[in-house]
Amino acid sequence: MKLIIAAIKPFKLEEVREALTAIGVRGMMVTEIKGFGAQSGHTEIYRGAEYAVNFVPKVKLEIVVADGLADEVVDTILKTAKTDKIGDGKIFVLDVGQAVRVRTGEAGEEAL
Amino acid sequence: MKNLSKITGLAAVLTAAALPVFAQDAEVPAAVPTDVAWILNTLLFLIGGFLVFWMAAGFAMLEAGLVRSKNVTMQLLKNVILFSIACTMYYLIGYNLMYPLGNWTIGADETGGYLGAFALAVLEAVGVGADAVDDYSYASTGSDFFFQVMFCATTASIVSGTLAERIKLWPFLIFTTVLTSIIYPIVGSWKWGGGFLDSQFGFLDFAGSTVVHSTGGWAALAGVLVLGPRLGKYKDGRVNPMPGSNLTLATLGTFILWLGWFGFNGASQLAMGSIGDAADISRIFVNTNAAAAGGAIAALIMTQLLYKKPDLTMVLNGALAGLVSITAEPLTPGIGVATLIGGLGGVIVVFAVPFLDKIKIDDVVGAIPVHLICGIWGTLAVPLTNSDASFYGQIVSIVIVGAFTFTVSLVVWMILKVVMGIRAPQEDEMMGLDKAELGMEAYPEFKV
Repeated sequence: MKLIIAAIKPFKLEEVREALTAIGVRGMMVTEIKGFGAQSGHTEIYRGAEYAVNFVPKVKLEIVVADGLADEVVDTILKTAKTDKIGDGKIFVLDVGQAVRVRTGEAGEEAL
Repeated sequence: MKNLSKITGLAAVLTAAALPVFAQDAEVPAAVPTDVAWILNTLLFLIGGFLVFWMAAGFAMLEAGLVRSKNVTMQLLKNVILFSIACTMYYLIGYNLMYPLGNWTIGADETGGYLGAFALAVLEAVGVGADAVDDYSYASTGSDFFFQVMFCATTASIVSGTLAERIKLWPFLIFTTVLTSIIYPIVGSWKWGGGFLDSQFGFLDFAGSTVVHSTGGWAALAGVLVLGPRLGKYKDGRVNPMPGSNLTLATLGTFILWLGWFGFNGASQLAMGSIGDAADISRIFVNTNAAAAGGAIAALIMTQLLYKKPDLTMVLNGALAGLVSITAEPLTPGIGVATLIGGLGGVIVVFAVPFLDKIKIDDVVGAIPVHLICGIWGTLAVPLTNSDASFYGQIVSIVIVGAFTFTVSLVVWMILKVVMGIRAPQEDEMMGLDKAELGMEAYPEFKV
């Protein structure tokens, strides 16, 4: 099993969710986050005083899928979250040791 | 009359001077019976009074929106209590100190009154008849008190926004008590009580650009100098903005103040028992509205030009700046001039807000630019449209009111600082006054 962590632009969330559901992803965790990467921050003005916005708002997806589906999930996120502009986000793929469904106690890929 | 004002509407400035003359030539108005005039005047004060009351809600919402979420409960509490203190103190001391009706403790009507009378406010008897009212040519004492007490509370509301987020509750309330029982009524008596600024200097301040708004502004300025800026606001020579928690509330607050201002300025006509008075009140409504619009538009354009993006908080301040600017003379200008007077107020605010930051005066909601600086501008603008006013009389009065209010306020703030301390401890300020002093948050279920 793989854990795919993706930080994407917030307005892309719905599009990405739809595309992932279409390829068979049956669950995901979504969090509103702030962070910085290559895009870094920018400056804003409030009441005449300039200030740095060091963290940019993003949405973080955490998706656990069977090994066989992982590449397709990454591809799908790449295709749908991409705007070709700086700040499109990052994807990380990690191995997952175990997964358990709380209601039934099923473990492994059965639990996904 | 109607056609005349429509035709000459474009040349509004000229009309302001010409209208009364035409009105007298064209028709002799049938006199309204004195009873009816008395009743209409009373009605004017009651309606004006509850509109000005609503400004307390405007200040509360504006300030709640412009402070950070950790200080919202405290700001709301201060707004409710300062209003209540103002109402109580004005009854105990303020009303007769401000309106001694000739019974000056120091001075006299003819030579100039300086300190009014010390007595409780007393209403007319229940079911009073025309023969027993306090002033048959004016309005009921209850309506007059109700209207006047709201102005006292408005003055106090101005101070709380500037000092937000770091002043302790109790010293603030003690200052409010002094401001509403002594400082504001004394300043008010010099003009509206028939005191020396009115009788010796011909000072004109229709609804209180100086008497109310600058007075509140001077008291706030003295306070902020003693109190100092919020922690981290000015660091290494840089300004560190602390954006407000809720601009929706701030906008609602501004619209509420805008509405309340129709009562503030309109009922300051003090009479509605004749065609002339009713027409003047309408002029005041229109001009007050126009000035607010001018201020908002000016602030929008200025922030777009200076910062490349419009700043809503400045636009809100701009509308209020326009309102304060027109308050000293909302009657004589035409719509165009009123818009320009308000518009210049909006421009002043856009420059004054960053200027105060430059000299490290941390005014959380922009009350000093809006009420003090635009109050001065509005007072100076009176002679532009009203030939009864002189620049000399206006300037002298601005200086005297400023010197008195600022000095007395400074002394009171210093005494409070020495006796009990006015600044919240550093830890309390970082945690937020809501948790530290009240143990209650405005948004307990919303966490970032």
